[in-house]
Formats: sequence, C-alpha cells, structure tokens
Amino acid sequence: MIIKDKAIKYGNNVDTDVIIPARHLTSTEESELAMHCFEDLDKDFKKKLAWGKIVVAGANFGCGSSREHAPIAIKASGVRLVIASSFARIFFRNAINIGLPLVQSEEAAQNIMQGDELEADLGGGTIKNLTRGKVYRINPLPDFIQGVIKSGGYIEFIKKELGK
Amino acid sequence: MQKNPQTIAQKILAAHCGRDHVGQGEIINAEVDIVLGNDITMPLAIKEFKKIGVDRVFDKDKIVIIPDHFTPNKDIQSAQQCKAVREFASEFKIKNYFEVGRMGIEHALLPEQGLVVAGDLIIGADSHTCTYGALGAASTGVGSTDLAVAMATGKLWFRVPSSIKFEFKNNLKPWITGKDLILYTIGMIGVDGALYKSMEFTGAAIDRLSMDSRFTMSNMAIEAGGKFGIIEVDEITETYLKGRAQRPYKVYSSDPGAEYDQVFEIDCSQIDLQVSVPHLPSNAKPAAQLSDITIDQVVIGSCTNGRMEDLEVAAKIIEGKKVKEGLRVIIIPATQNIYLEAMKRGYLKIFVEAGCVVSTPTCGPCLGGHMGILAQGERALSTTNRNFVGRMGHPSSEVYLCGPAVAAASALTGKISIPGEGAR
Ligand code: SF4
Repeated sequence: MIIKDKAIKYGNNVDTDVIIPARHLTSTEESELAMHCFEDLDKDFKKKLAWGKIVVAGANFGCGSSREHAPIAIKASGVRLVIASSFARIFFRNAINIGLPLVQSEEAAQNIMQGDELEADLGGGTIKNLTRGKVYRINPLPDFIQGVIKSGGYIEFIKKELGK
Repeated sequence: MQKNPQTIAQKILAAHCGRDHVGQGEIINAEVDIVLGNDITMPLAIKEFKKIGVDRVFDKDKIVIIPDHFTPNKDIQSAQQCKAVREFASEFKIKNYFEVGRMGIEHALLPEQGLVVAGDLIIGADSHTCTYGALGAASTGVGSTDLAVAMATGKLWFRVPSSIKFEFKNNLKPWITGKDLILYTIGMIGVDGALYKSMEFTGAAIDRLSMDSRFTMSNMAIEAGGKFGIIEVDEITETYLKGRAQRPYKVYSSDPGAEYDQVFEIDCSQIDLQVSVPHLPSNAKPAAQLSDITIDQVVIGSCTNGRMEDLEVAAKIIEGKKVKEGLRVIIIPATQNIYLEAMKRGYLKIFVEAGCVVSTPTCGPCLGGHMGILAQGERALSTTNRNFVGRMGHPSSEVYLCGPAVAAASALTGKISIPGEGAR
C-alpha cells in the first residue's frame, strides 16, 4: 500500500483526552467523533486536513485511555497514516484492530517537518520524504499483526478464523 | 538455577496458552479469565460483536459489565448508551452486570467482589484494568474491538512483555501511601518509561503496604505506559482474597534469574508526599514545594484513590474542621460497600459537616464526565490518575494529582498543603 500525502506535525505524548475529549464519548458515530478530533490540541486541525492527511508525532502517541473512539476519530477525519517515534500500547492495538495504518519510526518522526510531502510504502518498508529528498527504512510489523491488517481489521480476521 | 527462568508475567501468559514457557516479545493467543466492559467502551464493542456474527458470548459468567463512567446517567445520550449496554447484558444473560445502586467504579468493584483473583489473565476495555496486578494477576486494558472478540471467543492475542523490576526499600515517611510511591516512580521513569512492559513492584516497603495502596500503585502502571503492574501474592493478598474470591486462585512468582530490562532500587525513606503538576502524571514534585498553588476544587475518589484507606486518611485530617471557604471539595467513595462502611465509621458525617460534597460511586469528574467539571482557567487538586489537558473539563483548566493526605490537607487551606506531623 502506497500512501502519498503531506505531514501534519505534533509533539510527544499526544494523549487520548486531546485526540477525543471524554465529553464527546456519548457517541459512537464516526462522523460525530471525527468532528471533534484533536479539538483540544489544535483548533486548526480541520483546516490542515485540506492539505495534509498524514499525522506525524513524537513519543508515546495515544497514551491514556483505552477509548477506541480515538483511532476511530482520526481515521474518520480522513487521516491516512500516523507516524510516531512510539505509540502507547492500547492505542496501537486499537488502531491495528480498526485498520488505521501506523508506522513507528523515531528517525522519520524526528526528521519530518510540518508540510513535508511523504510517500509511504508500508509493504516495501520505506517512507520517502519528497520535500527533503530522504528515505527512512521502517521495520516490518510482526506477521500476525500484518495478517490482521491484511484482513481489514481484527473483526474480519476473527470472522475468517471462525468460518463466519 | 532453574532452566528457562521466567517472570511472573511470562508464567501467567504461558499458563493461559497451555504452555510451560513463553518468550519475551513472542505473540501468543491466550484464554482470558475475565472480560470487562463499561458504559463508554461497551457500546462500540456491541457494534463490533454484532459484526462477528456469533449468537452467544463465550461464557456469560466470565463477562463483567459496569456502567460507571457517566452514571447515574448524566444526559440523554449517556442514558441511551447505558440502555444499550443494559439490554445487551440482559439479552446474553450476563451474570455480572452491576446496575446503578449496586454499581461501583469497576477497578474497585471487581476485586472487592472477588471476581478477579491471583493468577488470572484479565482484559478490560478500560486502561486502568492493570489495577488487578496488585492481586498477582496479569491484567491489562484493551479497546472495544478486543473486548468484542474476547466476548465472542474467550481468547485474545498478546505480545509477551519484557519486565522492569522496582524494589521499594526502607520505611515510608508519615502519611505516605501507594499514590506517592507510584507518582514518584512515574516521575522517575517518565510517562513512557515502561511502554509495552510489565512493571513488578517488590521490596520490603511493598511487603508492608496495605492492599488498598497496592491497588493504587498497580492502577497507575498505565501512566508509565505499562502493560501490567504486578505485585506478587503474599499474606496480605491472601487475607484479602479469603472469603471473597469467587474462584480458586493460583500463586505465581518470578523465578530467580528471570530476565529484566531494568531493575530500580528506590529508597522510600527519601520519598515525600508527591503532587504531579499539569499536564503529565510524570511531573511529580514534593507537595511541600508547591505551597503557593491555590485551588478551586478538590476531588477525592476514582479507581485510584476512592477506597477505604483513602477515606480514612481524609477523615482523619478533615475531622472537626471546615473546608476553606470558596473551595469545592467532592468526595466519591468508589463502591457501595465503601460508601456504607464510610457511613458506619462516621466518615461521611465528618465530610458533610466540614462542607464537602459526598457523591454516589461514579467516575464522574475523573474523566471530565460530570459531578464536578472545571470552568475555564480553574484548578483542581485530585486523587485521580490523569492530569492531561482538559481531562476534568475546560481545555484551559488544570489538574494536579496527589494522594488522599495532600488532598485532605489542601481542602482545609485552599492551597496545596501537607498535613501536620500527627501520627496516622
Ligand atoms: S475513575 Fe477515572 S480512571 Fe478510573 S475508570 Fe473511572 S474514568 Fe477511568
């Protein structure tokens, strides 16, 4: 899968409370959650989506609550990929489970600047920074997790396993 | 020395996938003992569960559902969510569904009711599910899709974590509880210091620590990014489990020679009462250094510090005194049993006479739900576990985290304060 888009950049420890504040957890509607995505972190996030759909952040992205509403809000906003130095573990699971692509790369996360044009080849294991003329290598995910992603998320994966 | 020594986390995971040994970093598919959901994570899980297309849950007695976050229903939308959850519980004959009136904050209620025991592998669609590590269990938070799959199949994938050991040595200073130890620890290693890892809390100070304080410590393992926060079973654990464990339990311990990424020795005689300043739990400082900070609200409650020990400490400090004029002090016993016991011991009277609000069990303000939301620029001192931007209300409001002693002492002064030296 090749994803070509521009980077919106954030810092370390972007927590689930700023990704989707608890006051909006009275809904499970994707569109409703997307409307409030990152609203306590960056009021201009929605404007930025007009030119960029790859979120790049520092360490421990998605720390905090187990709310799956967080990756859902990001995915439903139209974000196509999140690159971070590291991810909080529950967020990582949730994103994989719902089919939001993630890349963990400290080098890429530190190097990429806001507005950089990127071309991510997740299968091939590289991210090209077209703006800066750089290529970052990314480690492949464990086979099992790749299997989940290929199935289109954990529910589809399990359905296949159960023969449903 | 044993061949292939393992940590307690490895042993519990191995036992739940029918093996003697699992390697750190390996991905396994394991059977879970208890699966937990609440009024925020269940509605999404129900949607996903329906997509799987099974017509029954894997075991109706192993699923626990607790509407505790926005309950008693705070608005129409949360009422709708709770209704959907209630109907699911009734449709699938979930035995352990706790309605308002029997409900308590999940991570206080499950241990109290003996639903989670030593040696268990537990998942909950709530990040603080790691609390039950205090009972010698491997217990961790997951999301709603994982919850749906676990409800359908009783199994889930896990990556076997590596471990970090924390040895707490020497005696605690007066008024110090588990909260101070864990805030100090998170301050030391950072909010991602234990990312993907199992934290093991050991040492002489842990051996002497009450069960309530142990729950507080394991509860906040997630605030350092931890997957588990495990304390091995000892007499204190067994005394707690006796008479309440609903199933036989199993005692595991780490082998000598088990592999740890890091081992920290912490001298407890050097740890003062802690406060974590906004906006990360790792911003821990001695409370005494923050005496200029004025506050608008104090919250004593949550799955971290809404237990009997917390109310006891608070009652001792508040007894016979009045809360500072203009300050709102909200006290939330974590379960109905704790509420009742606090009533019997006269604590509720102490709190109400002092000018505190005492609430029915609920997560409430902890996650900015209800029962004490902050306005623009307001500041709360709270025994909860997170001080992220906007956690308790307006994005410009602030949360300072502390244990029950600092919260109660500050309730009397309106500024961050520590209690007098008086014996506990
Ligand atoms: S009390 Fe707070 S941290 Fe604990 S389960 Fe409730 S919302 Fe989560």
